[in-house]
Amino acid sequence: MAANSLPKSHSDVTYLRPTRGLAALNLRDLWVYRELVLFFTWRDILVRYKQTVLGAAWAVIQPVIQMVVFTLIFSNAAGFSSEGVPYPIFNFTALLPWGLFSKAMNDAGRSLVTNRNMITKIYFPRLTIPVASVLAGMVDFGIGFIVYILIILYYNFAPNSTYTYTITPAILTLPFFILLALVATLGVSLWLSAMNVIYRDVGHILPFLTQIWFFLTPIVYSASAVSSKWQVLYALNPLTSVVEGFRWSLLGIHSLPWQVIAVSAGVAVILLITGLFYFRNMERTFADEI
Amino acid sequence: MNDIAIRVEDLGKRYRIGTAPERYKTLRDTIAAGVSAPIQRLKRGRAVTSTSVEAGSIWALRDISFEVQRGKVLGIVGRNGAGKSTLLKILSRVTEPTEGSAEIHGRVGSLLEVGTGFHPELTGRENIYLNGAILGMKRVEIDRKFDEIVAFSEVEQFIDTPVKRYSSGMYLRLAFAVAAHLEPEILVVDEVLAVGDAEFQRKCMGKMTDVAQAGRTVLFVSHNMSAVLRLTEDTMVLENGHLVYSAPTPQAVDYYMAAGFSGSGERVWTSAEIPADASPFAPIALRLKDRNGRVVDTLRSTEPFTVEIEYRLDQSITGLRVGIYLLTMRGEYVFTSFDLDDPQQFEKLGVRSAGHYTSRCTITANTLNEGRYVLAVNASSFRIKRYFWDDHALAFTVDATGAPGKQWPEPRMGPVRPALEWTIDRL
Repeated sequence: MAANSLPKSHSDVTYLRPTRGLAALNLRDLWVYRELVLFFTWRDILVRYKQTVLGAAWAVIQPVIQMVVFTLIFSNAAGFSSEGVPYPIFNFTALLPWGLFSKAMNDAGRSLVTNRNMITKIYFPRLTIPVASVLAGMVDFGIGFIVYILIILYYNFAPNSTYTYTITPAILTLPFFILLALVATLGVSLWLSAMNVIYRDVGHILPFLTQIWFFLTPIVYSASAVSSKWQVLYALNPLTSVVEGFRWSLLGIHSLPWQVIAVSAGVAVILLITGLFYFRNMERTFADEI
Repeated sequence: MNDIAIRVEDLGKRYRIGTAPERYKTLRDTIAAGVSAPIQRLKRGRAVTSTSVEAGSIWALRDISFEVQRGKVLGIVGRNGAGKSTLLKILSRVTEPTEGSAEIHGRVGSLLEVGTGFHPELTGRENIYLNGAILGMKRVEIDRKFDEIVAFSEVEQFIDTPVKRYSSGMYLRLAFAVAAHLEPEILVVDEVLAVGDAEFQRKCMGKMTDVAQAGRTVLFVSHNMSAVLRLTEDTMVLENGHLVYSAPTPQAVDYYMAAGFSGSGERVWTSAEIPADASPFAPIALRLKDRNGRVVDTLRSTEPFTVEIEYRLDQSITGLRVGIYLLTMRGEYVFTSFDLDDPQQFEKLGVRSAGHYTSRCTITANTLNEGRYVLAVNASSFRIKRYFWDDHALAFTVDATGAPGKQWPEPRMGPVRPALEWTIDRL
C-alpha cells in the first residue's frame, strides 16, 4: 500500500455520540452503501436455490401449485365468483403481489437475526439487510410474471377456451401498483425485522400473521364479496389496494370504490414511514440486543 | 503536522444487566414489566432516582477521553472485561455510546471481523465480493484488487468452489486476504479475538506493521506485552471500564504488569470477574504453594512448588482441560501445561462430571530463573470452547538463592535456570 493512497481530506469525519429522542432517518447512509444492498440481494438469491435439485424452478412451481389448489377449492368446490375472468387468471393476478409480500415479509422479518454475526461485529447501515430481502423477492416476482403471461396466452389460444384477454389503458398504472406493493412490503418488513431483534416472538407469529393476512386480502375471493359496511375497515389492509390495483390494471376489472384504494394506499405509506423511524430508533441497540 | 485521527471525549457505554446475548426478551416480559413498573413506582413513591436505573446496569466503559494522532500506533491493554472490546466496538460503529462523543477521521477497518459475512454456500469469488462490500469497499475497488486478493490468499484453484468445501486454513487465508486489502485509514486489531494458527497470526502482525509504516493509524489490543512493546509507541491501560494509565508503551506495560497483584500467592475470583459465558465452568481460586503446602508469593528456585486451581463444574463438560500458562513480566510465554497432557489421563477423563475440583501440578526444582512471573489460567475444550481465560491471574517472585551458578553474583539470561549435568573431559 503506497503512501499516496492515504486520505487527503478531513471531510471524511464520523461523529459518534448517543442519539437522543427520535433518530434522524439518515437515508444518505443507505445511499452510500447502495452497492451493499445489491450485494445482499444477490447473495439472498444465489443462496436460496443452492443445493436444490430443481433450483430456480421452485419460483415457478410454488405459485402454480398454489393457484391449482385454490382453483380446485374455491372455484370448483366453493364456487367463488371471479368477475367474469377464468378463476386461475383471477387468482394468479392476486398471487403475484401477494407472493412478493408474504415471502419478503417472512424473509425480511427474520433477516436481522439471521445476519446477527455481521451485526455484532461490523458497521454498515442495518437497513440494507431487510431492504435486500424485499428486493430479492422482486426476482421471484419477475419469474412469476413470466408464468402469468404464459397462463394468459394459454387461455387465449387453447382451442376450447371462451376467454379472450384484452389489454386496457389501465395497464399503464401497473408500475404504480408494483411500487405500492413494495412500499407496503417494506413498511411491514421494517417493523417486523426490528421487533424480531428484541422480541423473538415475531418468528412464531409470522406464520399465523401470513395466513390471516392472506384471507383478509381479496386473493381467493373478489373484494366485491365484502359487505359495503365493512369496506372502510377492509380498506385499512394495504394489500387490498395492491391486489385490486393489479386486477384493474392487468384484467380491467375493478370491484372496489377508489376511495377504498386510496385509504389503503395511504396506510401503506404510513406503514413505511413509521417503519423507517421505528427501525432507526431500534437500530442503536441492535448490536447489544440481538 | 498536527493531525488528529481519533478524538474521544468522556465516552461511556452502559449495558443493561440481563440483556446478555443468550437471553431474549419476549413480549410477555415487556408487557409484564410495563404493568408492574408503574405499580413499583407508586410503591416507592418519589424515591425513584437515576440510581435505580444504575442498579440494573453496568458501565462497561466510563469517562474515557483520549486523542490519537494520525499515523500513531496505539496499544490498548487491560484484563478481560476491562472494556477494550467495547471501546473498539464503539469506535468501529458497531454499537452506540451511552454518553460522550468520538470523532473518527477516515475509514475504520478491522482485523477482528475477518470472514464476517462469508456465506458457506457461495464460492470464493462470490465471497470476496460480498465480504469486500460488507467491509465498505466499492465494487470497482474490489475489481481492481481482485487478483491481488486471490494471489495473497493462495487459493487460486478453488476460487470457484463453495467455501464450505475449503479447509479451515484456506477459509481463513481468503478471509484475511479480503480484510487486508481494505486499506483503511484507521486499522483496529483485536489480537485477543484473533483466531487461527501461528502462521496466520504472524500474517496479521505483518499486515499491521505494513499499515503502520504506511503512515496509517493503528489501534492494537493485545495480551501479548512483547508484541505491544515491539509494535506500539503509546499504550493505554484500561481497568474496569476506566482509562487508568496512558503513557509511552514501556512505562504503560510496566504499570499494567505490576498492577492489581496482591502479592499473596493466591488469586480468588469474585463472581463479578467471571464472564457469563464461562458457565458451567466456575473458577474459584488459583494458589501457589511451597513444598510445605503454605500459600506463598515468593518461591525458591531450588525447591519444587505446586500450582493449584480450584473450580466448580455446574454441569459435566466433555473434553475439558484446565491448565496454566507461565509468562515473564514482559508477557513472553515460558511454558504451557494442561491437566490432561498425559494421554492416559486424557483417555480416563473424557467427560468431567459436575462437582468441586482442584487441578494441581508440581513444578520441579531448578526450573525457573530468578525474577517475577505471571500465571495465566485457561479452561477449555479443544476446538470447541474456551470456557475461561485469565491471562493475568497471579504474579509471583522466584528467589534463586542456592541455584546453580549462584557463586557468581551476576544475573543469568533467560527465564529458565535448569541444573544441568556437565561432564568435563580432558582429551
